Amino acid sequence: MAAGHTIDALGQFELHSVLGPVGASVGFSESTLMMVVSSALTLLLLGVGMSAKAVVPGRLQALAEMIYDFVHTMCIEQIGEEGKKFFPFIFTLFMFILLGNLLGLLPFSFTYTSHIAVTFGLAAMVIVLVTGVALAIHGWHFFSYFFPAGAPIALSPLIVTVEIISYLSRPVSLSIRLFANMVAGHVMFEVFASFIVMMAGAGVVGYLGGIGPLALNVILMGFELLVACLQAYVFAVLTCIYLHDAVHLH
Amino acid sequence: MSGKKGGSGGSFEERLSTARRKRGLEAPPSKAGKPGGDGPSMMGIGLRVGVELVSALAVGVAIGWGLDSFFHTRPFLLMLFVLLGGAAGLLNVWRLLGPKSDSQKN
Repeated sequence: MAAGHTIDALGQFELHSVLGPVGASVGFSESTLMMVVSSALTLLLLGVGMSAKAVVPGRLQALAEMIYDFVHTMCIEQIGEEGKKFFPFIFTLFMFILLGNLLGLLPFSFTYTSHIAVTFGLAAMVIVLVTGVALAIHGWHFFSYFFPAGAPIALSPLIVTVEIISYLSRPVSLSIRLFANMVAGHVMFEVFASFIVMMAGAGVVGYLGGIGPLALNVILMGFELLVACLQAYVFAVLTCIYLHDAVHLH
Repeated sequence: MSGKKGGSGGSFEERLSTARRKRGLEAPPSKAGKPGGDGPSMMGIGLRVGVELVSALAVGVAIGWGLDSFFHTRPFLLMLFVLLGGAAGLLNVWRLLGPKSDSQKN
């Protein structure tokens, strides 16, 4: 990218196989590798952090306890007492997305949440779970969700179709939100970083001019850290809201 | 002991909370709202509205396209479902921004 005068902002999202010929033969890409790393980090954090079982927690234990408590409170506040049942799912989802977003900000790493295949896969999992929970709890009564009480029956074909499209748009908007935020952030990083390299090519004046985009990238990194945590939170909280709808139905 | 208590007056709870406020450990009680800003930013709202509109439209287009190739009626169902998808997008935005009824607090 540094060689030419063009900005290849999307090249960073291309997948390459890792781990040599073994990885290539099974299609083990950077994305898969980062997923394994983030899962391992979650397990390590909980396993090592909680191994001390101290009454007064150390740093790692405090971190593990805080994240656990944060997600646990969110489940109960958003879904209600039934939310405890869904806590393992929400916690796994939250940690997977959070670590994916945060690890993606490290140099030489890869952001798997910047691929819509991944985010849509997660969102599809959520919507299948939500629909399954609603059907299991309410049975056929679930379909009354698509027709608000008191609406004129003559309008039912229109209302039901629009409600079903609105319901099906949930996973789409859920996945697009996460994917778009991640892609936008990383493209901005790449563009400003290219500016620095181009400036440096222009000699001494360029070195001074490169300070501008460099400063912007530093500020952007802080902002992206916020976005990474916020988007993981938004994904988890929206899953909770959908589960609340499924459990309580209106 | 009693002389100290007469200094600032009030109950123990009040004095403790004043002391904590002085140290910055407690938010002042006058602020009723949330501590960090007031609600989501305009940019955040705009982004959410855009995503909701586009995703509902995309689902409408996908359904229309799929039904068309199933029934071999290429343009007509697509036309219908684009309109319905747009309507569903507006419904999503209304749910997001419209007046909150008490049954639907989220």
